[in-house]
Amino acid sequence: MAITGVAMLPILAVVVLALTPSEGDDIWAHLVSTVLPDYIATTLQLMVGVGFGTAIIGVATAWLVTMCRFPGRRIFEWAMLLPMAMPAYVIAYVYTDILEYAGPVQGMLRDLFGWQTGRDYWFPEIRSLGGAITMMTLVLYPYVYLLSRAAFLGQSIGVLEASRVLGRGPWRGFFTVALPLARPGIVIGVSLVLMETLNDYGTVDFFAVNTFSLGIFDVWMNMNNVSGAAQLATVLLLFVAALVMSERYARRKQRYHNTSTKFQELPGLRLRGKRGVLAMLVCALPVLLGFVLPTAVLLDYAVRYYEPELALEISGYAWNSIRLSLLAGGIAVLVAIVVAYSVRIRGGQALKAFSRLASLGYAIPGAVLAVGVMNVLGPLDNGIDAFSRETFGISTGLLFSGTIAAVTFGYLVRFLALSLGTVEAGLGKITPNMDGAARSLGHGAFSTMRRVHMPLMRTSVLTAVMLVFVDCMKELPMTTILRPFNFQTLATFVHQYASDEQLGEAALAALSIVGVGILPVVLLSYAIARSRPGQGTGK
Amino acid sequence: MKTQVKKSGLLALMTASLILSTGAATTAEAADVNLYTTRQPFLMKPLTDAFTKETGIEVNMVYLKKGILQRLKTEGRNSPADLILTADIGNLHNHLKAGLLQPVSSTTLNKRIPAQYRHPDGLWYGLTMRARVIYAHKDRVKPDEVTRYEDLAAPHMKGRVCIRSGKHVYNVSLLASMIVALGEDGARKWASDLHNNLARKPQGNDRAQVKAVFEGQCDVAVGNTYYMGKMATNEKSPEQKEWAKSVRIIFPNQQDRGTHVNISGAAVTKSAKNKANALKLIEFLTSPAAQKIYAETNFEYPILEGVALHPIVASWGKFKADKAWLSRIAEQRGAASRLVDEVAFNK
Repeated sequence: MAITGVAMLPILAVVVLALTPSEGDDIWAHLVSTVLPDYIATTLQLMVGVGFGTAIIGVATAWLVTMCRFPGRRIFEWAMLLPMAMPAYVIAYVYTDILEYAGPVQGMLRDLFGWQTGRDYWFPEIRSLGGAITMMTLVLYPYVYLLSRAAFLGQSIGVLEASRVLGRGPWRGFFTVALPLARPGIVIGVSLVLMETLNDYGTVDFFAVNTFSLGIFDVWMNMNNVSGAAQLATVLLLFVAALVMSERYARRKQRYHNTSTKFQELPGLRLRGKRGVLAMLVCALPVLLGFVLPTAVLLDYAVRYYEPELALEISGYAWNSIRLSLLAGGIAVLVAIVVAYSVRIRGGQALKAFSRLASLGYAIPGAVLAVGVMNVLGPLDNGIDAFSRETFGISTGLLFSGTIAAVTFGYLVRFLALSLGTVEAGLGKITPNMDGAARSLGHGAFSTMRRVHMPLMRTSVLTAVMLVFVDCMKELPMTTILRPFNFQTLATFVHQYASDEQLGEAALAALSIVGVGILPVVLLSYAIARSRPGQGTGK
Repeated sequence: MKTQVKKSGLLALMTASLILSTGAATTAEAADVNLYTTRQPFLMKPLTDAFTKETGIEVNMVYLKKGILQRLKTEGRNSPADLILTADIGNLHNHLKAGLLQPVSSTTLNKRIPAQYRHPDGLWYGLTMRARVIYAHKDRVKPDEVTRYEDLAAPHMKGRVCIRSGKHVYNVSLLASMIVALGEDGARKWASDLHNNLARKPQGNDRAQVKAVFEGQCDVAVGNTYYMGKMATNEKSPEQKEWAKSVRIIFPNQQDRGTHVNISGAAVTKSAKNKANALKLIEFLTSPAAQKIYAETNFEYPILEGVALHPIVASWGKFKADKAWLSRIAEQRGAASRLVDEVAFNK
């Protein structure tokens, strides 16, 4: 309870800020009569597009890789995750570079067909809503892939066989049995994607797509009205909360435990000939577009702009990124385990609601949440300082603000949703009967967690650490605002150049983010493949 | 067995976390000067290096584009920041209004900086200037077609203008200066007509607008002066030299109020612990040596008279700047930002 409370404070601070009367004039009347409807419509379109895009790609590839056998499957198992290491703003810069008017693609088309100017032909504008949907879908679908694959792997083949015995074909078996059973995992995946979509600023800003988060920043920076910005952020928060709750309400009566503990080798539906090639293409396309191509472009730039001093400088920033992300990943998962476990053994509506609220930080644009963090740590620091001055006559100064601790705390608040969602999904699959059995055999709650749940949840815990780690590597706005003096991470360095459309200087650091991110991604995929009960142990 | 592994793994992670966290904290030394800035490292580094070399005072920096104001506010009187350095009068003005700055006076600064580019009570000081000008294609735009900002909104420019987001701080300031010059209704009409003349939806940065002129998407673009210098000398991306060659710079409104000029500036925070050092740094930044770095590294106009312009900047010739007080323009920024929404400029 206390832990979730602390993690919730910055979110509450944003709400409090929203309720503080602003110095400036009322923005709502102005916004409603001008741009707000446009913000909302654009944001909804973006969410629908990215939501469906990631769900279709994520679920389809997860199913193919898990249940079918086709050429290259073993590679795709982990390769599908690769785009996850690519920050959305980086892929947006890269594709703009390739696809804009001056880029190689349009240049080639002009040469080929003898077109003179842009008025002679039609070409899709990359800096558009459609472009933003495509970019975000390409780098975010791995969330859905990851969680639905874990869900498919955890299903007992028994229920699928039962459906086949009862006369359903493979397609109907998928739609009526496997898909509904995997729903919690898929839903968590898609909701993570949607929250990530809502808090994105870098991509939509670059593409000039007028979303809600752009509006928040406009009110903040241009109208110098931070409480107005907080009000908009709060509205966004309520919207997300409503969305999450309605989904939970819709499946309130359902439980998702496998009743059988029989697991056997997955059947591996063999896809031959055309169908095999098709399956391969379906899996290859997202990886090619979301990872291989942008990486190749970045590599090309990195080589052309290579300088030894630059590489040395970047390695220092890489170390900063890695240690911060490790720290945040570890803490976020420990917190998630404690919270998820307390919910499981104590139940309690209040605690449950608290844990929901605490994970809403993921939907708030990072920079706004950073203001929330500052509004918690600043007064805390100054309170301690004032107290210590009065009682001991010593000034403690600022203990947390502007330190690594502040940045880490910010990461925790922002990414708790990732670790909590993953850990909860893992815990949810373990039937409470097991708890009962362990407890009746004389094990306490802690011992049960250690001896029963932990081994079963190893994959979920790993997934959680990795998700938070990779996201922290890419995190930009909070790091920029909360960081100490003279401190850079890879992401802040990339943004510094790329935001000024100097992709060349940023390429090496961007590649480093991707490179460091790949390692845990591959490790994780390996762990997942081995995680299926009855598989991979002792062989 | 597995639980053992898990447990020791977790333990290792926790220990590692602790070690990492203790080693990570970097604190600012008291004898230094501490700076929050929105400006970029490639420009700041040579300046602060030169300062440290001359005075022995170390400069600690946090680079942040957003959130300086909120950070200073929440850190309160214990904030380690001694001064802020930012581009655009709008930013300085917001900090002033939030009560985060303190006045400092210096005869050196008063001598070096013209009165309209510093706060009357010394709450902020301008360090460099940049003009917001019109980039016109050398062949496709006739000399008398565009001579004023107002011409961009005229019927003959329909479908020929490129500009970055109306919400970008540079454009909001430009529009604020239009409000000061034409009144709110006049500025609204101008923005609306300009919007109707745009060749494409506002996007990209100032440099990208010139590129669009080069490529033929539009004939004129609005941008800050220093981008021209950056493109014309870009050895790493030589194609940008071609973009620069395709356009000429027009200083608007030379026959009337003058071209809109903005500043980058510095201000001492209320919480400053190293006030003397902060003042020293500001004075250094207005010294001939530092002004030369600004002019050469970033193609900005020095605030100090007598400092040589970069040859490229000098080649554009002298121009008349809008004499409207920057604080008056800054007051209109909120109104300007709302105007952008009202005419759906970014759509």
